Amino acid sequence: MRYERPETIVQATHLLAEADSNAFVLAGGTDLLVKMQSDGFEADLVVDIKSIAGMGDVVEADDTFVIGAGVPCAALGENDALVAAWPGVVEAANLIGSTQIQGRCTVVGNLCNASPAADSVPALVAAGAKAKIAGLGGTRMADVLDIPTGPGKTSLKKGEIVEAIVLDKPLARSGDAYLRFIPRTEMDIAVVGVGINLVLDEGGAVQSARIALGAVGPTVILAEDAAQALVGSKLEETALDVMAAACSAASHPIDDKRGTVEFRKQIAGVLARRAARIAFDRAGGN
Amino acid sequence: MSSIAVSTTINGDDVEFLCRADETLLDVLRNRLGLLGAKEGCGTGDCGACSTIVDGRVVCSCLVLGAEAEGRTIETIEGMANGSELHPLQAKFIEHAALQCGICTPGFLIAAKALLDVNPEPTEEEIRYWLAGNLCRCTGYDKIVRAVQDAALEMRGERA
Repeated sequence: MRYERPETIVQATHLLAEADSNAFVLAGGTDLLVKMQSDGFEADLVVDIKSIAGMGDVVEADDTFVIGAGVPCAALGENDALVAAWPGVVEAANLIGSTQIQGRCTVVGNLCNASPAADSVPALVAAGAKAKIAGLGGTRMADVLDIPTGPGKTSLKKGEIVEAIVLDKPLARSGDAYLRFIPRTEMDIAVVGVGINLVLDEGGAVQSARIALGAVGPTVILAEDAAQALVGSKLEETALDVMAAACSAASHPIDDKRGTVEFRKQIAGVLARRAARIAFDRAGGN
Repeated sequence: MSSIAVSTTINGDDVEFLCRADETLLDVLRNRLGLLGAKEGCGTGDCGACSTIVDGRVVCSCLVLGAEAEGRTIETIEGMANGSELHPLQAKFIEHAALQCGICTPGFLIAAKALLDVNPEPTEEEIRYWLAGNLCRCTGYDKIVRAVQDAALEMRGERA
Protein backbone atom coordinates (compact mmCIF):
# COMPACT_ATOMS: atom_id res chain seq x y z
CA MET A 1 0.00 0.00 0.00
CA ARG A 2 1.10 3.53 -0.83
CA TYR A 3 0.21 6.51 1.40
CA GLU A 4 0.10 9.97 -0.16
CA ARG A 5 -0.64 13.29 1.50
CA PRO A 6 -1.09 15.84 -1.31
CA GLU A 7 -1.26 19.53 -0.50
CA THR A 8 -3.59 20.54 -3.32
CA ILE A 9 -6.88 19.17 -4.54
CA VAL A 10 -5.46 19.00 -8.09
CA GLN A 11 -2.67 16.69 -6.91
CA ALA A 12 -5.23 14.58 -5.05
CA THR A 13 -7.51 14.17 -8.06
CA HIS A 14 -4.52 13.25 -10.27
CA LEU A 15 -3.32 10.64 -7.79
CA LEU A 16 -6.76 9.02 -7.73
CA ALA A 17 -7.34 9.31 -11.47
CA GLU A 18 -3.96 7.78 -12.31
CA ALA A 19 -4.18 4.93 -9.81
CA ASP A 20 -4.50 1.46 -11.32
CA SER A 21 -7.04 0.20 -8.82
CA ASN A 22 -8.04 0.04 -5.18
CA ALA A 23 -7.41 3.73 -4.50
CA PHE A 24 -9.21 5.37 -1.58
CA VAL A 25 -9.62 8.81 -0.11
CA LEU A 26 -8.67 9.04 3.58
CA ALA A 27 -10.44 11.70 5.64
CA GLY A 28 -11.42 10.52 9.13
CA GLY A 29 -10.64 6.89 8.36
CA THR A 30 -13.37 5.52 10.63
CA ASP A 31 -14.77 3.42 7.79
CA LEU A 32 -11.64 2.96 5.66
CA LEU A 33 -9.35 1.71 8.44
CA VAL A 34 -12.00 -0.73 9.64
CA LYS A 35 -12.27 -2.09 6.09
CA MET A 36 -8.48 -2.31 5.87
CA GLN A 37 -8.52 -4.68 8.86
CA SER A 38 -10.94 -7.05 7.15
CA ASP A 39 -10.00 -10.02 5.00
CA GLY A 40 -10.26 -9.64 1.27
CA PHE A 41 -10.01 -5.85 1.32
CA GLU A 42 -7.02 -4.40 -0.41
CA ALA A 43 -5.95 -0.79 -0.63
CA ASP A 44 -3.12 -0.09 -3.05
CA LEU A 45 -3.25 3.67 -2.62
CA VAL A 46 -4.60 5.82 0.21
CA VAL A 47 -4.82 9.56 -0.45
CA ASP A 48 -4.98 11.53 2.81
CA ILE A 49 -6.72 14.79 1.94
CA LYS A 50 -6.41 16.49 5.32
CA SER A 51 -3.32 18.54 4.39
CA ILE A 52 -5.19 20.28 1.56
CA ALA A 53 -6.07 23.86 2.48
CA GLY A 54 -9.66 24.30 3.63
CA MET A 55 -10.43 20.63 4.21
CA GLY A 56 -10.53 21.10 7.97
CA ASP A 57 -12.68 24.23 7.95
CA VAL A 58 -16.35 25.09 8.34
CA VAL A 59 -16.71 28.37 6.44
CA GLU A 60 -19.74 30.57 6.99
CA ALA A 61 -20.40 32.96 4.09
CA ASP A 62 -23.33 35.33 3.54
CA ASP A 63 -25.57 32.65 2.05
CA THR A 64 -23.93 29.32 2.84
CA PHE A 65 -22.04 27.07 5.19
CA VAL A 66 -19.26 25.07 3.58
CA ILE A 67 -18.16 22.01 5.53
CA GLY A 68 -14.74 20.72 4.41
CA ALA A 69 -14.25 17.02 3.81
CA GLY A 70 -11.79 16.70 6.68
CA VAL A 71 -13.94 18.31 9.39
CA PRO A 72 -14.62 15.85 12.22
CA CYS A 73 -18.29 15.61 13.18
CA ALA A 74 -17.47 16.72 16.74
CA ALA A 75 -16.44 20.10 15.30
CA LEU A 76 -19.91 20.60 13.81
CA GLY A 77 -21.47 20.41 17.26
CA GLU A 78 -18.95 22.99 18.48
CA ASN A 79 -19.95 25.46 15.74
CA ASP A 80 -22.70 27.59 17.31
CA ALA A 81 -23.75 29.25 14.06
CA LEU A 82 -24.14 25.93 12.28
CA VAL A 83 -26.03 24.40 15.21
CA ALA A 84 -28.42 27.37 15.21
CA ALA A 85 -28.94 27.22 11.44
CA TRP A 86 -29.18 23.45 10.86
CA PRO A 87 -29.74 21.72 14.20
CA GLY A 88 -31.08 18.56 12.54
CA VAL A 89 -28.01 18.16 10.37
CA VAL A 90 -25.70 18.61 13.35
CA GLU A 91 -27.71 16.22 15.52
CA ALA A 92 -27.54 13.58 12.81
CA ALA A 93 -23.77 14.03 12.39
CA ASN A 94 -23.23 13.90 16.15
CA LEU A 95 -25.18 10.61 16.47
CA ILE A 96 -22.46 8.75 14.59
CA GLY A 97 -20.35 6.52 16.82
CA SER A 98 -18.59 7.27 20.09
CA THR A 99 -16.64 10.29 21.30
CA GLN A 100 -13.55 8.73 19.75
CA ILE A 101 -15.28 8.23 16.40
CA GLN A 102 -16.72 11.75 16.53
CA GLY A 103 -13.17 13.09 16.78
CA ARG A 104 -12.37 11.67 13.34
CA CYS A 105 -15.50 10.83 11.34
CA THR A 106 -16.73 13.29 8.70
CA VAL A 107 -20.05 13.97 6.98
CA VAL A 108 -18.39 13.68 3.57
CA GLY A 109 -17.05 10.29 4.58
CA ASN A 110 -20.48 9.27 5.83
CA LEU A 111 -21.89 10.26 2.43
CA CYS A 112 -19.19 8.62 0.29
CA ASN A 113 -19.11 5.39 2.32
CA ALA A 114 -22.65 5.06 0.95
CA SER A 115 -24.12 2.99 3.75
CA PRO A 116 -27.92 2.94 3.43
CA ALA A 117 -28.02 3.58 7.20
CA ALA A 118 -25.74 6.65 7.19
CA ASP A 119 -27.16 9.03 9.80
CA SER A 120 -26.07 12.36 8.37
CA VAL A 121 -27.29 11.68 4.83
CA PRO A 122 -31.10 11.90 5.33
CA ALA A 123 -30.59 15.11 7.32
CA LEU A 124 -28.41 16.57 4.55
CA VAL A 125 -30.90 15.56 1.87
CA ALA A 126 -33.79 17.10 3.84
CA ALA A 127 -31.73 20.28 4.13
CA GLY A 128 -31.17 20.34 0.36
CA ALA A 129 -27.40 20.05 0.81
CA LYS A 130 -25.06 19.97 -2.16
CA ALA A 131 -21.72 18.26 -2.63
CA LYS A 132 -18.80 20.20 -4.09
CA ILE A 133 -16.90 17.70 -6.21
CA ALA A 134 -13.38 18.17 -7.51
CA GLY A 135 -12.21 16.20 -10.54
CA LEU A 136 -9.64 16.37 -13.29
CA GLY A 137 -11.86 18.69 -15.31
CA GLY A 138 -12.50 21.10 -12.45
CA THR A 139 -15.24 21.45 -9.90
CA ARG A 140 -18.91 20.52 -10.15
CA MET A 141 -21.83 20.67 -7.76
CA ALA A 142 -24.29 17.82 -7.21
CA ASP A 143 -27.24 17.25 -4.91
CA VAL A 144 -26.27 15.06 -1.95
CA LEU A 145 -29.31 12.98 -2.90
CA ASP A 146 -27.60 11.99 -6.16
CA ILE A 147 -24.29 10.79 -4.65
CA PRO A 148 -25.22 7.35 -3.24
CA THR A 149 -26.37 4.88 -5.90
CA GLY A 150 -26.51 1.71 -3.78
CA PRO A 151 -24.88 0.14 -0.73
CA GLY A 152 -21.19 1.13 -0.91
CA LYS A 153 -21.63 2.68 -4.36
CA THR A 154 -21.62 6.33 -5.44
CA SER A 155 -22.06 8.33 -8.62
CA LEU A 156 -18.53 9.73 -8.26
CA LYS A 157 -16.32 9.12 -11.27
CA LYS A 158 -12.73 7.94 -11.06
CA GLY A 159 -10.54 10.73 -9.76
CA GLU A 160 -13.42 12.68 -8.25
CA ILE A 161 -13.35 13.81 -4.62
CA VAL A 162 -16.17 15.37 -2.62
CA GLU A 163 -14.24 18.27 -1.15
CA ALA A 164 -17.06 19.88 0.81
CA ILE A 165 -20.74 19.87 1.68
CA VAL A 166 -22.53 23.13 0.97
CA LEU A 167 -25.62 24.09 2.95
CA ASP A 168 -27.62 27.18 2.09
CA LYS A 169 -28.49 29.42 5.00
CA PRO A 170 -31.96 28.35 6.16
CA LEU A 171 -34.97 30.31 4.98
CA ALA A 172 -37.01 32.41 7.39
CA ARG A 173 -39.58 30.41 9.38
CA SER A 174 -37.85 27.09 8.71
CA GLY A 175 -36.59 24.27 10.89
CA ASP A 176 -35.02 20.85 10.49
CA ALA A 177 -34.79 17.70 12.59
CA TYR A 178 -33.39 14.18 12.40
CA LEU A 179 -34.46 11.14 14.41
CA ARG A 180 -33.36 7.55 14.14
CA PHE A 181 -34.44 4.33 15.73
CA ILE A 182 -31.86 2.08 17.35
CA PRO A 183 -32.52 -0.62 19.96
CA ARG A 184 -30.19 1.02 22.49
CA THR A 185 -29.49 4.60 23.55
CA GLU A 186 -26.33 5.32 21.60
CA MET A 187 -23.61 3.98 19.34
CA ASP A 188 -25.62 1.84 17.02
CA ILE A 189 -26.51 1.76 13.34
CA ALA A 190 -29.85 3.25 12.34
CA VAL A 191 -32.67 0.74 11.85
CA VAL A 192 -34.63 3.67 10.42
CA GLY A 193 -33.61 7.34 10.14
CA VAL A 194 -35.77 10.31 9.17
CA GLY A 195 -34.64 13.83 8.28
CA ILE A 196 -37.19 16.60 7.84
CA ASN A 197 -36.96 20.25 6.86
CA LEU A 198 -40.05 22.46 7.02
CA VAL A 199 -40.60 26.02 5.80
CA LEU A 200 -43.68 27.82 7.13
CA ASP A 201 -45.67 30.62 5.50
CA GLU A 202 -46.49 33.86 7.27
CA GLY A 203 -49.65 32.31 8.66
CA GLY A 204 -47.68 29.50 10.29
CA ALA A 205 -48.77 26.71 7.93
CA VAL A 206 -46.28 24.48 6.14
CA GLN A 207 -45.30 26.13 2.86
CA SER A 208 -42.81 23.49 1.77
CA ALA A 209 -41.35 20.32 3.22
CA ARG A 210 -38.57 17.87 2.49
CA ILE A 211 -38.59 14.43 4.11
CA ALA A 212 -35.71 11.98 3.63
CA LEU A 213 -35.71 8.38 4.86
CA GLY A 214 -32.60 6.36 5.73
CA ALA A 215 -32.02 2.62 6.20
CA VAL A 216 -35.29 1.71 4.47
CA GLY A 217 -33.86 1.23 0.98
CA PRO A 218 -30.55 0.73 -0.79
CA THR A 219 -30.05 4.51 -0.79
CA VAL A 220 -31.55 7.47 1.02
CA ILE A 221 -35.15 8.08 -0.15
CA LEU A 222 -36.67 11.51 -0.73
CA ALA A 223 -40.30 10.96 0.24
CA GLU A 224 -42.02 13.57 -1.91
CA ASP A 225 -45.60 12.35 -1.40
CA ALA A 226 -45.08 12.43 2.35
CA ALA A 227 -43.72 15.97 2.18
CA GLN A 228 -46.61 17.09 0.01
CA ALA A 229 -49.06 15.79 2.61
CA LEU A 230 -47.83 18.39 5.08
CA VAL A 231 -48.08 21.39 2.76
CA GLY A 232 -50.83 23.77 3.89
CA SER A 233 -51.17 22.05 7.26
CA LYS A 234 -50.19 23.04 10.76
CA LEU A 235 -49.40 19.38 11.46
CA GLU A 236 -52.99 18.48 12.24
CA GLU A 237 -53.48 14.76 12.96
CA THR A 238 -55.08 14.11 9.58
CA ALA A 239 -52.11 15.59 7.74
CA LEU A 240 -49.67 13.65 9.94
CA ASP A 241 -51.58 10.41 9.29
CA VAL A 242 -51.33 10.87 5.53
CA MET A 243 -47.66 11.85 5.83
CA ALA A 244 -46.81 8.84 8.02
CA ALA A 245 -48.61 6.45 5.69
CA ALA A 246 -46.75 7.95 2.72
CA CYS A 247 -43.42 7.46 4.52
CA SER A 248 -44.27 3.81 5.16
CA ALA A 249 -45.31 3.39 1.53
CA ALA A 250 -42.10 5.01 0.24
CA SER A 251 -39.97 2.66 2.35
CA HIS A 252 -38.76 -0.57 0.78
CA PRO A 253 -36.38 -1.97 3.37
CA ILE A 254 -34.77 -5.36 3.81
CA ASP A 255 -35.30 -7.85 6.63
CA ASP A 256 -32.19 -8.25 8.74
CA LYS A 257 -31.17 -8.89 12.32
CA ARG A 258 -31.82 -5.27 13.25
CA GLY A 259 -35.36 -4.97 11.93
CA THR A 260 -38.00 -6.60 9.79
CA VAL A 261 -39.54 -5.05 6.70
CA GLU A 262 -42.86 -4.58 8.50
CA PHE A 263 -41.23 -2.97 11.53
CA ARG A 264 -39.06 -0.62 9.50
CA LYS A 265 -41.96 0.56 7.34
CA GLN A 266 -44.07 1.36 10.37
CA ILE A 267 -41.25 3.06 12.26
CA ALA A 268 -40.52 5.28 9.25
CA GLY A 269 -43.97 6.81 9.72
CA VAL A 270 -43.69 7.02 13.50
CA LEU A 271 -40.31 8.78 13.41
CA ALA A 272 -41.48 11.11 10.65
CA ARG A 273 -44.36 12.29 12.85
CA ARG A 274 -42.04 13.00 15.75
CA ALA A 275 -39.37 14.65 13.60
CA ALA A 276 -42.01 16.80 11.88
CA ARG A 277 -43.13 18.15 15.25
CA ILE A 278 -39.57 19.04 16.24
CA ALA A 279 -38.92 20.74 12.89
CA PHE A 280 -42.25 22.60 13.13
CA ASP A 281 -41.37 23.91 16.61
CA ARG A 282 -37.95 25.00 15.40
CA ALA A 283 -39.57 26.83 12.50
CA GLY A 284 -41.63 28.77 15.04
CA GLY A 285 -44.87 26.95 14.33
CA ASN A 286 -47.55 26.42 16.94
CA MET B 1 7.56 -1.57 0.57
CA SER B 2 9.50 1.53 1.59
CA SER B 3 9.04 3.07 5.00
CA ILE B 4 7.60 6.50 5.67
CA ALA B 5 9.55 8.90 7.89
CA VAL B 6 7.28 10.67 10.35
CA SER B 7 8.05 13.58 12.71
CA THR B 8 5.57 14.16 15.49
CA THR B 9 5.20 15.26 19.10
CA ILE B 10 4.31 12.67 21.72
CA ASN B 11 3.75 13.70 25.34
CA GLY B 12 5.68 16.90 24.69
CA ASP B 13 8.72 15.23 23.15
CA ASP B 14 9.77 15.50 19.51
CA VAL B 15 9.64 11.97 18.13
CA GLU B 16 10.71 10.60 14.77
CA PHE B 17 9.88 7.13 13.53
CA LEU B 18 9.68 5.04 10.40
CA CYS B 19 6.53 3.08 9.59
CA ARG B 20 4.85 1.22 6.78
CA ALA B 21 1.98 2.91 4.96
CA ASP B 22 -0.59 0.49 6.33
CA GLU B 23 0.61 0.59 9.93
CA THR B 24 -1.77 2.11 12.47
CA LEU B 25 -0.76 4.69 15.05
CA LEU B 26 -1.53 2.06 17.70
CA ASP B 27 0.95 -0.35 16.08
CA VAL B 28 3.56 2.41 15.92
CA LEU B 29 3.09 3.38 19.58
CA ARG B 30 3.29 -0.22 20.79
CA ASN B 31 5.67 -1.94 18.39
CA ARG B 32 8.04 0.81 17.34
CA LEU B 33 8.05 3.27 20.23
CA GLY B 34 7.60 0.90 23.16
CA LEU B 35 4.60 2.82 24.48
CA LEU B 36 2.52 -0.14 25.65
CA GLY B 37 -0.18 1.74 27.57
CA ALA B 38 -2.65 1.93 24.68
CA LYS B 39 -4.13 -1.53 24.17
CA GLU B 40 -5.55 -3.27 21.15
CA GLY B 41 -8.96 -4.57 22.21
CA CYS B 42 -10.91 -4.80 18.97
CA GLY B 43 -8.79 -3.07 16.33
CA THR B 44 -11.96 -1.68 14.74
CA GLY B 45 -12.76 1.41 16.80
CA ASP B 46 -15.43 -0.18 18.97
CA CYS B 47 -13.82 -0.62 22.39
CA GLY B 48 -11.73 2.48 23.12
CA ALA B 49 -8.84 0.58 24.73
CA CYS B 50 -6.43 2.31 22.32
CA SER B 51 -7.73 5.83 23.06
CA THR B 52 -5.14 8.51 22.37
CA ILE B 53 -5.45 12.28 22.16
CA VAL B 54 -4.45 13.70 18.77
CA ASP B 55 -4.46 17.50 18.42
CA GLY B 56 -6.75 17.77 21.43
CA ARG B 57 -9.34 15.22 20.32
CA VAL B 58 -9.61 11.74 21.77
CA VAL B 59 -9.51 9.14 18.99
CA CYS B 60 -9.05 5.40 18.58
CA SER B 61 -5.38 5.04 17.60
CA CYS B 62 -6.28 1.77 15.84
CA LEU B 63 -8.21 3.89 13.31
CA VAL B 64 -5.37 6.35 12.65
CA LEU B 65 -2.48 5.57 10.34
CA GLY B 66 0.97 6.08 11.79
CA ALA B 67 1.79 8.26 8.78
CA GLU B 68 -1.04 10.60 9.76
CA ALA B 69 0.87 11.52 12.93
CA GLU B 70 3.15 13.80 10.90
CA GLY B 71 3.14 17.25 12.49
CA ARG B 72 0.51 16.34 15.04
CA THR B 73 0.53 16.60 18.81
CA ILE B 74 -0.18 13.29 20.50
CA GLU B 75 -0.92 12.54 24.14
CA THR B 76 -0.80 8.99 25.46
CA ILE B 77 -1.33 7.47 28.89
CA GLU B 78 2.46 7.47 29.39
CA GLY B 79 2.39 11.27 29.58
CA MET B 80 -0.47 11.53 32.03
CA ALA B 81 1.36 11.33 35.36
CA ASN B 82 3.80 14.07 36.24
CA GLY B 83 6.87 11.95 36.97
CA SER B 84 5.94 9.84 39.99
CA GLU B 85 2.98 12.08 40.82
CA LEU B 86 -0.23 10.54 39.51
CA HIS B 87 -2.80 12.59 37.62
CA PRO B 88 -5.90 13.10 39.82
CA LEU B 89 -7.86 10.78 37.54
CA GLN B 90 -5.28 8.03 38.03
CA ALA B 91 -5.29 8.52 41.80
CA LYS B 92 -9.09 8.45 41.93
CA PHE B 93 -9.31 5.33 39.77
CA ILE B 94 -7.15 3.57 42.38
CA GLU B 95 -9.02 5.07 45.33
CA HIS B 96 -12.42 4.06 43.93
CA ALA B 97 -11.23 0.66 42.69
CA ALA B 98 -12.38 1.71 39.23
CA LEU B 99 -10.45 -1.09 37.58
CA GLN B 100 -10.12 -4.80 37.85
CA CYS B 101 -8.20 -6.46 35.04
CA GLY B 102 -6.93 -3.06 33.85
CA ILE B 103 -6.89 -3.61 30.09
CA CYS B 104 -9.43 -0.86 29.45
CA THR B 105 -8.05 1.53 32.07
CA PRO B 106 -5.53 3.53 29.99
CA GLY B 107 -8.26 4.18 27.42
CA PHE B 108 -10.74 5.27 30.08
CA LEU B 109 -8.17 7.57 31.69
CA ILE B 110 -7.26 9.22 28.39
CA ALA B 111 -10.92 9.63 27.39
CA ALA B 112 -11.84 10.98 30.83
CA LYS B 113 -8.92 13.43 30.69
CA ALA B 114 -10.12 14.65 27.30
CA LEU B 115 -13.58 15.19 28.80
CA LEU B 116 -12.33 17.15 31.82
CA ASP B 117 -10.07 19.22 29.54
CA VAL B 118 -13.17 20.60 27.78
CA ASN B 119 -15.79 20.19 30.51
CA PRO B 120 -14.45 20.49 34.07
CA GLU B 121 -17.89 19.97 35.60
CA PRO B 122 -19.63 17.17 33.68
CA THR B 123 -22.91 15.66 34.87
CA GLU B 124 -23.12 11.91 35.40
CA GLU B 125 -25.07 11.66 32.14
CA GLU B 126 -22.39 13.61 30.25
CA ILE B 127 -19.69 11.34 31.68
CA ARG B 128 -21.59 8.20 30.71
CA TYR B 129 -22.25 9.40 27.15
CA TRP B 130 -18.68 10.64 26.71
CA LEU B 131 -17.26 7.31 27.90
CA ALA B 132 -19.73 5.17 25.96
CA GLY B 133 -17.01 4.34 23.45
CA ASN B 134 -14.86 2.76 26.16
CA LEU B 135 -15.86 -0.78 27.00
CA CYS B 136 -15.14 -2.42 30.37
CA ARG B 137 -16.20 -5.99 31.05
CA CYS B 138 -15.20 -6.01 34.73
CA THR B 139 -16.42 -3.04 36.69
CA GLY B 140 -19.96 -2.39 35.52
CA TYR B 141 -18.89 1.25 34.97
CA ASP B 142 -20.30 2.72 38.19
CA LYS B 143 -16.95 2.94 39.93
CA ILE B 144 -15.39 4.48 36.86
CA VAL B 145 -18.05 7.16 36.72
CA ARG B 146 -17.65 7.88 40.46
CA ALA B 147 -13.88 8.15 40.06
CA VAL B 148 -14.24 10.63 37.21
CA GLN B 149 -16.74 12.68 39.20
CA ASP B 150 -14.45 12.70 42.22
CA ALA B 151 -11.40 13.62 40.14
CA ALA B 152 -13.34 16.45 38.51
CA LEU B 153 -14.31 17.74 41.95
CA GLU B 154 -10.71 17.66 43.13
CA MET B 155 -9.39 19.26 39.94
CA ARG B 156 -11.89 22.10 40.34
CA GLY B 157 -10.45 22.67 43.82
CA GLU B 158 -13.86 22.27 45.42
CA ARG B 159 -12.58 19.77 47.95
CA ALA B 160 -9.20 19.32 49.55
